[in-house]
Amino acid sequence: MTTTAAGTAPAAAVPPGSSPWQLARRELRRRPAVRISLTVVVLFVLMAATAPWLGALGGWSPEEFDKSAVDSYLGGLPIGSFGGISSEHWLGVEPVTGRDLFARVIHGAQVSLLIAFAATAIVVLVGTAAGIAAGYFGGRTDAVLSRLMDLTMSFPSLIFMIAMLSVAKDVNRILLITAVIGLFGWPGVARVVRGQTLSLKHREYVDAARVGGAGAWRILTRDILPGVSGPVIAYTTLLIPGMISTEAALSYLGVGVRPPTPSWGQMIAESVAFYETDPMYFVIPSTFLFLAVLAFTLLGDALRDILDPRGGRT
Amino acid sequence: MILYLLRRTAALAGVLLAIAGVTFVIFYVLPNDPAAAACGKTCSPERLAVVREYLGLDRSVWSQFTEFLTGIFTGRTLGTGQYAVQCDFPCLGYSYENSLPVWDLLMDRLPVSASLALGAAVLWLVLGLGAGVTAALRKDTLADKTLMVGAVAAASLPVYFTSVMLIYGVIRIAGLLPYPSYRPFTEDPVGWASNLLLPWIALALLYAAIYARQSRGSMIESMAEPYIRTARAKGMPERTVVVKHGLRSGMTPILTIFGMDLGGLLAGAVITESIFGLPGIGRLFYGALVNSDQPVVLGVTLLAAFFIVVANLVVDLLYAVVDPRVRY
Repeated sequence: MTTTAAGTAPAAAVPPGSSPWQLARRELRRRPAVRISLTVVVLFVLMAATAPWLGALGGWSPEEFDKSAVDSYLGGLPIGSFGGISSEHWLGVEPVTGRDLFARVIHGAQVSLLIAFAATAIVVLVGTAAGIAAGYFGGRTDAVLSRLMDLTMSFPSLIFMIAMLSVAKDVNRILLITAVIGLFGWPGVARVVRGQTLSLKHREYVDAARVGGAGAWRILTRDILPGVSGPVIAYTTLLIPGMISTEAALSYLGVGVRPPTPSWGQMIAESVAFYETDPMYFVIPSTFLFLAVLAFTLLGDALRDILDPRGGRT
Repeated sequence: MILYLLRRTAALAGVLLAIAGVTFVIFYVLPNDPAAAACGKTCSPERLAVVREYLGLDRSVWSQFTEFLTGIFTGRTLGTGQYAVQCDFPCLGYSYENSLPVWDLLMDRLPVSASLALGAAVLWLVLGLGAGVTAALRKDTLADKTLMVGAVAAASLPVYFTSVMLIYGVIRIAGLLPYPSYRPFTEDPVGWASNLLLPWIALALLYAAIYARQSRGSMIESMAEPYIRTARAKGMPERTVVVKHGLRSGMTPILTIFGMDLGGLLAGAVITESIFGLPGIGRLFYGALVNSDQPVVLGVTLLAAFFIVVANLVVDLLYAVVDPRVRY
């Protein structure tokens, strides 16, 4: 029943005694979409992690102006075809300033992925803790936490994020965005974990541990947590593309990362005015954003099919 | 049923109250000085003091908040003496920017945002459910995989990219449609639809994927149920089996997502409205942010929260309609 719901054929010739993780890995390897999206994800992460060195390879820093690459008589449009793509500037240059697009895109990847990963980490940690506590302890703890989840989910999150970021003073912009995005994401994870915990807490092995004298902490970390980790991992992977899009949307609206720090959303916002005169400037950051979101979504979808066949519906 | 409704309405009021409180603190207490924002850039200290008193900012946060709340239900008088202004029910204050009542501003813009949201919702339901059901009935074929990856790819495109491409392709190059300018439905239904068509498509592409995925999963699950076999054995036409028995039982999770999406969108799609130049609540909100127009920001946030909680309540009530097993 569960495998049909996931839309997967049963894996052929499974050696007996395989752990769920071995099964999952085997299942993942069978899917071409997973292989492709995993490759893209790894490339993006590598690109973000090595941005300073990769940028040095290109020879330009993201904030360096190159007036010789733009035509001041043509309103600052890049010299050369395709937005000034050349051996000098691998992905062309920004109009007017002549900043190197390759350097800006890879440094933008660093900012976007850093925020997305950090916000996801906050959401998953807080959500798992809240969900496990609500599900396992029940009673008043559950009532309070569940009300808090309902309340947080009733907030118009994007509107709220935009508004909070616009009134906040400039401390550390990246930290602030991460916190604000994380603030609204945790109830989703918490709900999934709570449901899963509820179904686990009266299983025989948990009762056995309790009878054996294990304390609540030990039961939660040793018996419950491994049981909820599958859906949580699937959910986490699916959270990342949402976080990337949210960060991009906030930066696009001008309340996210502040210039001159590059971010994909902000680059796209600046390039919209040039979409007819310098289409490459608009297309390049959009393509990177699109590929990153798509790859993470496809990977997350596949993980969810395998690790959480009921799709988190409990 | 009535008891359930009463309990839910009370909970709804509580949630809105909490949201109003949090919003109030964030926008009236945390910023340096709302009075300075209200007064404008060239403001003498004496005038600033007058403005502060006029806005009631010299009083405690608590009394400001209770006054704001009573204003919503009964209306209130802003300021004193010759500056007094009567703000009628439902009073959300006055815009700092153009001194119009926030409520009037919101109601003026609501038809635009609601038209955008409802039209897009119809489109994404048709696209999403259509793709999902088609894919489920052809499970594991090439059509299934193409549809599902296509839906995810469409949703992965940033909405500002899709919007700009639609404007470029359909309006600038092909010249098929005029540049969007909102026309009220009551005056010009054809103009209304043709002006909103591109924004609808842009939004629907963003939302359809989740419906496709969810309906595909539900369909595959429910089509394997014994009652489907029974329906087929009775000699029911396949179309009726699919729609009435297969799809219907999988509607509950779809309804949940739909409520959240539509509720969240009714109070304005900030990016889409900005790109297409539609004078909706999203653009009102964005303009208010740029000008630090706190009453408008607070008003939009409350309206948005209101739509979300009401949508969730309506969805919960609809469960009973869609799924006969649900009783309240």
